[in-house]
Amino acid sequence: MIANLSTYESVTTEEVKVWFKAGPVHKFPKNGGACIKYKDKQIAVFNFTRQGQWYACQNLCPHKMEMVLSRGMIGEEDRQPKIACPLHKSTFSLKTGENLNGSLDAIATYPVKVEGETVYVGFME
Amino acid sequence: MLYTYLYVILLSSLKSKPMKTIIVVGNGMVGYKFCEKLAARKESENFKVIVFGEEPRAAYDRVHLSEFFGNRDAKALELAPMDWYAENKIELIVNERITDIHRKTKTVTTGSDKTYTYDYLVLATGSSPFVPPINGVEKEGVFVYRTIEDLEAMLDYAEKIKSKKTKGRAAILGGGLLGLEAGKAVMDMGLEPHVVEYAPKLMPRQLDSRSSNVLQLTLENMGINVHSGKATNRILGNGAITGMDFGEDDTLEVDMLVISAGIRPRDELGRTCNLEMGVRGGIVVNDRMQTSDPSIFAIGEVALYNQMIYGLVAPGYEMAEVAVNQIVESYEVIMRAEIDMSTKLKLIGVDVASFGIPYMPADKGLSIIYENKTKGLYKRINVSHDGKTLLGGIMVGDAADYSILHQMYLNNIPLPDNAEELIVGARGEGGSAFGSAMDLPDTAVICSCEAVTKGAVCCSVIDDGNETVKAVAKATKATTGCGGCKPMVADLVKESLKTLGKTVKENICEHFDYSRQELFDIVKLRGIEDYDQLLDEVGKGHGCEVCKPLAASIFASIYNETANRQETIQDSNDRYLANIQRNGTYSVVPRVAGGEISPKQLMAMGRIAKKYDLYTKITGGQRIDMFGAKLHELPLIWEELIAEGFETGQAYGKSLRTVKSCVGSTWCRYGMDESVSFAIEIENRYKGIRSPHKFKGGVSGCIRECAEARGKDFGFIAVEGGWNVYVGGNGGANPRHAELLAEKVDKKTAITYVDRFMMFYIKTAPPLTRTAAWLEKLEGGITYLKNVVINDSLGIAKELDADMQKFVDTYKCEWKEAVETPEIRERYTHFINSDETDDNIEFVSLREQKMPKEWA
Ligand code: SRM
Ligand SMILES: Cc1cc2nc3c(=O)[nH]c(=O)nc-3n(C[C@H](O)[C@H](O)[C@H](O)COP(=O)(O)OP(=O)(O)OC[C@H]3O[C@@H](n4cnc5c(N)ncnc54)[C@H](O)[C@@H]3O)c2cc1C
Ligand code: SF4
Ligand code: FES
Repeated sequence: MIANLSTYESVTTEEVKVWFKAGPVHKFPKNGGACIKYKDKQIAVFNFTRQGQWYACQNLCPHKMEMVLSRGMIGEEDRQPKIACPLHKSTFSLKTGENLNGSLDAIATYPVKVEGETVYVGFME
Repeated sequence: MLYTYLYVILLSSLKSKPMKTIIVVGNGMVGYKFCEKLAARKESENFKVIVFGEEPRAAYDRVHLSEFFGNRDAKALELAPMDWYAENKIELIVNERITDIHRKTKTVTTGSDKTYTYDYLVLATGSSPFVPPINGVEKEGVFVYRTIEDLEAMLDYAEKIKSKKTKGRAAILGGGLLGLEAGKAVMDMGLEPHVVEYAPKLMPRQLDSRSSNVLQLTLENMGINVHSGKATNRILGNGAITGMDFGEDDTLEVDMLVISAGIRPRDELGRTCNLEMGVRGGIVVNDRMQTSDPSIFAIGEVALYNQMIYGLVAPGYEMAEVAVNQIVESYEVIMRAEIDMSTKLKLIGVDVASFGIPYMPADKGLSIIYENKTKGLYKRINVSHDGKTLLGGIMVGDAADYSILHQMYLNNIPLPDNAEELIVGARGEGGSAFGSAMDLPDTAVICSCEAVTKGAVCCSVIDDGNETVKAVAKATKATTGCGGCKPMVADLVKESLKTLGKTVKENICEHFDYSRQELFDIVKLRGIEDYDQLLDEVGKGHGCEVCKPLAASIFASIYNETANRQETIQDSNDRYLANIQRNGTYSVVPRVAGGEISPKQLMAMGRIAKKYDLYTKITGGQRIDMFGAKLHELPLIWEELIAEGFETGQAYGKSLRTVKSCVGSTWCRYGMDESVSFAIEIENRYKGIRSPHKFKGGVSGCIRECAEARGKDFGFIAVEGGWNVYVGGNGGANPRHAELLAEKVDKKTAITYVDRFMMFYIKTAPPLTRTAAWLEKLEGGITYLKNVVINDSLGIAKELDADMQKFVDTYKCEWKEAVETPEIRERYTHFINSDETDDNIEFVSLREQKMPKEWA
């Protein structure tokens, strides 16, 4: 199946209808990301240990439509958490999804919560 | 008594001096500049100024007109708001054309038939686009490109086209500066651009044919189609344009046409009142900007000065300055005899600039030309026969040095001995050998639009405390015109800050205020163990994709740790120990030291590649690459390869790639020594070492050099009596031959020298700098390096030897480590919550193998 950008739409915490159990904390590398599957979606989940924060976004890079963002490097720019695509280093804000070093479409972001040892990602359906 | 008396007389004479009226015809860029400059003078109190503008709005920035396509924001282009004119007691009447001048009565008549009297008349009526008399130019869909109204009409028409068809086409008639700008503009409007030029090349006035070719290639890559050497006979279409006819069945279908074929001065007023005119138009002026009638001035694109019309703002602004001075009786300010016509294209995406005499026959001077077609680069400078003065030049693809070269030309600065370094540069491609903007004289005009000198910029920083380019721009107006001088102003600000002791450091990124070499020393001296500790102790914030891999490289160089330990600070390729490919799959490259591979190994590789359905290819580095492995397959493939005796080839790392060999004396009839054995030995010695950039070696059995050892970071060539050792070579984008470090030495000595060279490089090079670029920048170059490596001039040879030996002794195959460690193996799954694989990956077949499906 070839990925479609319209599959991904940002969700805010207030909008969450389903908290999907993504996996145990230890499966997500410290200061790095991993990919989960939810229905027909691929979601990149980041464990930003240094900030004590978790972030989630679509795994699909809007530049060349490849499912790779979870394998990118996270970091921050002007206090904004971001993800750099491993293919051509497009960077996106993990908060707003906005493309920070170009004019690509913003990526969709999703809320994450951690309860005990379990990581949950929030979806609307 | 007497004094008071005189004083009274003087005062009364001043008072009685009547207010004089200046009428300015035309409120364009130059007309406005005249008002601005006059308003800044205290003498302006003595004048009443009335300005007539035919356009419906106050003067705007025509130079940046194309920005209107992006935002349709006419306000943003405004040079000054309407209030400004009122505040400065200038009466601006827009939407009103002057139709007649009556020199006898010193009056003008307006379109609405009103009459005004002047003492001084300033004609700043500019020019209009030249529309060639081609059959059909009156058709709907044919536009010119000069005013905001022109652009609005174009935008509306483009919308109409787009509502009718998906892929509309627009042609631009004229491949000059403006035409190319228009080409980009119609492309941004969503139309397919076609630039049609009558001359055989683009920008015929500014470029020679070679640079024009390079430009054409770059434009075509951007999606701008170029048709040069085409004369348009007819515009086709019934009512509205549908195409262009070039004769002999040669036509181009288009939905819209923008004419950009040059300008014609709007000199009609001068003609009707019998001022002296140029043969081909333009109102003749002297160096005071006076026309043949001394109370009438002409400035800007309508003025014919030195028998030329200057279609640029900078000369226009200078004319405005001169006219103001003449009117306020500062008679000494006159126009320069030579007008600089240098230009820089402000097209987004391509750098194009030319200055002075861009090209000329050989008897006038000598040319130095640098061309790199793959990168779309062309640079040319023309130098006087004695090699001392710069006469002009061209740059396409990279005009970073335009400002400095342009200044050298304008200020007649003597050239350095190696003039070629001005364009090929000691700093590598795109750099230049010319020290810094600070070497220019204080009088050098840096911003020609606003005539700001270097002295003024530096003063603004040093004396007035403006410490950023923004602040300096605000204070001096430099960079606010065409913006071409921005890089140079930035340099001057930086250098001026330095003289104040405020260094602007070249830091790695916002998280570390250090250079790579400083950070290297910090990690080593403080024994810092990981990235988090490094950030906590000497950095700030939480890191980014620039400092993380850099720190990873430093940790690897100091502790020889593999990429597996701190995997999330590695570049993605290092993190997964494989090179990511265009569809998110990976390549697998086992080490084949020296390129020597046995039939058994070949068969093993063939079997594994077949099993996992991998595309295979011989690489340029004498080994075999297997492509198309999915993330989860990597440990499985490597497990099998390791079982067959292979180890990682580190094709993904900033580390040793390959040591290329020729077959050497073992088989070759000319071989002087065993090059394969040496290559294998040295490849195994350096394998796994992480460095600022990748590095490669080569060993040739004789000077025929079949292994291309001199194209590598280090190379050995067997000669009568030993080995010649070369360092600092490079293929790639900017090829450079390695330099001779030592001659006819034995193998052991050769290895020691290269050990030290490599270690010295690893410790001191900036990030992502190959040995070639590093050596080029190393002060003292190869001579200095020889001293360090051979004569131990820094007294560090022992340390370098020991550090290298430690690397050699602690080598581990990181793929072996990965497949044997369950926690590391776990990293190789596409989903952590499902065993499914990525269904977004698609392959298509290719010559009995496969390849990724093309990107849309
Ligand atoms: C596979 C190979 C092409 C091939 O099919 O032959 C190749 C492939 C890549 N080269 Fe290369 N280069 C390959 C031989 C070369 C050579 C030839 C050689 O080594 O003799 C050169 C010129 C020699 C040199 O480096 O001086 C070469 C000069 C480059 C450069 C330019 C380096 C430079 O300093 O200018 C890059 C870009 C870079 O490293 O920044 C590059 C980068 C790359 C990358 C890593 C680009 C990327 O980031 O994806 C390619 C991916 C490798 C992979 O496995 O996925 N490759 N590349 C060759 C692998 C050799 C090997 O066995 O490891
Ligand atoms: C798209 C574009 C890009 C450009 N890019 C550059 C660049 O990068 N660098 C550069 O140096 N130059 C550039 N130029 C050229 C630059 O804009 C002109 O050199 C400059 O505008 C000339 O100023 P001017 O005042 O002489 O003429 P104009 O700006 O044309 O002003 C003349 C004004 O007089 C008015 N007028 C004419 N006749 C009458 C009359 N009888 N009564 C009343 N009003 C009258 C006109 O309507 C007009 O408003 C560019 C031009 C265009 C169109
Ligand atoms: S370099 Fe010399 S030894 Fe090597 S193949 Fe060529 S001729 Fe033979
Ligand atoms: S695919 Fe992500 S930056 Fe190119």
